[in-house]
Amino acid sequence: MSNPSQPPTVDLKLYRRPMPFGWWLENGAYFRFIARELTCIFVGAFALLTLDMVRALGQGPEAYAAFAARTGTTAYIAFSLLAFAAVLYHAVTFLRLVPTTVVVRLGGERVPDGAIAGAHFALWAVASLVVAFIVLGG
Amino acid sequence: MARKGITPFLWFLFGGGGMVSALLLPVHVLLFGLAFPLGWFEAPGYESLHGLVTHPVTRLYLFVLIFLPLFHAAHRFLYTVCDLFQVHGDRRTPIAVVCYGAALLGTAFAGYTLLTIS
Repeated sequence: MSNPSQPPTVDLKLYRRPMPFGWWLENGAYFRFIARELTCIFVGAFALLTLDMVRALGQGPEAYAAFAARTGTTAYIAFSLLAFAAVLYHAVTFLRLVPTTVVVRLGGERVPDGAIAGAHFALWAVASLVVAFIVLGG
Repeated sequence: MARKGITPFLWFLFGGGGMVSALLLPVHVLLFGLAFPLGWFEAPGYESLHGLVTHPVTRLYLFVLIFLPLFHAAHRFLYTVCDLFQVHGDRRTPIAVVCYGAALLGTAFAGYTLLTIS
């Protein structure tokens, strides 16, 4: 006897077309999609590196000097170059999509997509300048 | 897959984390990943950086900068792995547990570190 307060559940057996592992290499749009999704690896990694820097700062000047020395290695610089490209790609693709998730109405008129995206790109520029100003000892 | 009950919340963390990552991570990577190590700008010394990081507002800022991007990354990585390797239905659950579990662990460590740093 099924519970009347619950909607009946149907056990769907969906057919899924088997795809080769390299499906995302088949065309440019698939590849850009996967590239965009994989930027998350660098987003997560850099969040952890920031946490590592905070940990080093908390442990004292020697620990921080050791952290700073690690950031000068070729491997770290190479990682940073990739990470910078990835977070830029993430930022551009994410902010461009904001108008599809955010609808703003002003005086009954829908604010055009370009204005919403533009406002977010402007916010990105301002936030970056503020962070740089504070970190560089403004 | 994760239970329906928390799925909207996880998508909310994904979106919030994506926004924080987009607005703030590029300048952080540029400064701490490239500009300071390569000497484009003089890196702030231990004293000034330590003073900045222990300020209550900065602690909160750094917590948000670490916690939300971690959940954004966990969520996106889960869906990407499942797309790439065509993992469907309940078979996604262990991957979800590992991804969100890692983000939760990182968040707990970030919270502890930022609360106790002195």
